[in-house]
Amino acid sequence: MNILTSPWPWYVAGPLIGLTVPLLLLLGNRHFGISANLRHICAACIPGKVPFFSYDWKKESWNLFFAAGILVGGAIAATLLAAASPSGIHPQLENELASYGLSYSGSLVPEDLFNWPALLTLRGLLVMAGGGFLVGFGARYAGGCTSGHAIMGLSNLQWPSLVATCCFMAGGFIMANLILPFILHL
Amino acid sequence: MPSINTQTDFEVQLSPDKHTTKKAPWWHQLQYLAAGMFFGILLVKSEVLSWYRIQEMFRLQSFHMYGVIGSAVLTGIISVAIIKKAGIKTFYGEPITFQPKTFNKGQIFGGLLFGFGWAITGACPGPLFAQLGAGFSVVIVTLFSAILGTWTYGRLRERLPH
Repeated sequence: MNILTSPWPWYVAGPLIGLTVPLLLLLGNRHFGISANLRHICAACIPGKVPFFSYDWKKESWNLFFAAGILVGGAIAATLLAAASPSGIHPQLENELASYGLSYSGSLVPEDLFNWPALLTLRGLLVMAGGGFLVGFGARYAGGCTSGHAIMGLSNLQWPSLVATCCFMAGGFIMANLILPFILHL
Repeated sequence: MPSINTQTDFEVQLSPDKHTTKKAPWWHQLQYLAAGMFFGILLVKSEVLSWYRIQEMFRLQSFHMYGVIGSAVLTGIISVAIIKKAGIKTFYGEPITFQPKTFNKGQIFGGLLFGFGWAITGACPGPLFAQLGAGFSVVIVTLFSAILGTWTYGRLRERLPH
């Protein structure tokens, strides 16, 4: 069981993640892309006469099942396959986070930052609500996210997906190094 | 000027659906639930849904995420090449098709904004669902914000440069 419960190295997990691409193609000619679900949810719940959400979302319902599966898979992995000991983080990162008053508890997200009471602080609101808004807005503006562009698009050798992936990374570097420190200091 | 009819989001096919699953019973969709579970378990076990791993990636403090994404893309490229070359069909005998994506400026502007959000939340859309399943209930706020962001984009789309 130790093999299943300890975190998997990149050379095991990466190729398995890549196999999601042919799996979905073989199951029904479906193209891997998770952020499209956010558009389907809008189309299903709050279309509001916006042309962008006026389409038959039920035809895309496979993707909502896929997203529900991710949720269930996350629950299974976190309970049945949970690691016995935390895997640790880079000491430099730990020091930097300590300067913002964030400690590493071995969890997957900093619990000092992601919790319900923190929503009432400016820092928590910017991180959880502001960050989420940018993820949703940016993914749709770009026409896909890390799965749709970086994995599916690159797998199909689409150069616009390479442009998007490079911009994802550039945006991440700018935010993590230049802007996020100010937000976390709040 | 791109009109509203110009397609910029290739993840929703607005052309008539050619899939057999349209006529298939609803429980046929459960295969995608199973595929999602497989992917969700991978996200946890690879620690891709760890906020810390994302921070390490953007600070060049760990190779892990580069290894995961790089080897996933390589596996995807090889798989798609084999499917195309051998003309492999779906398990149900349907042809597998690919649509080219065309460039628009949204891939730059949207890509940068998405990158900002990715570095703040430490999660892209897949991990958001997995984090929620893993028991971080407050992530539902992030998920709803992402839905709101998607809706806002849809609303402003005609006025944004593409």
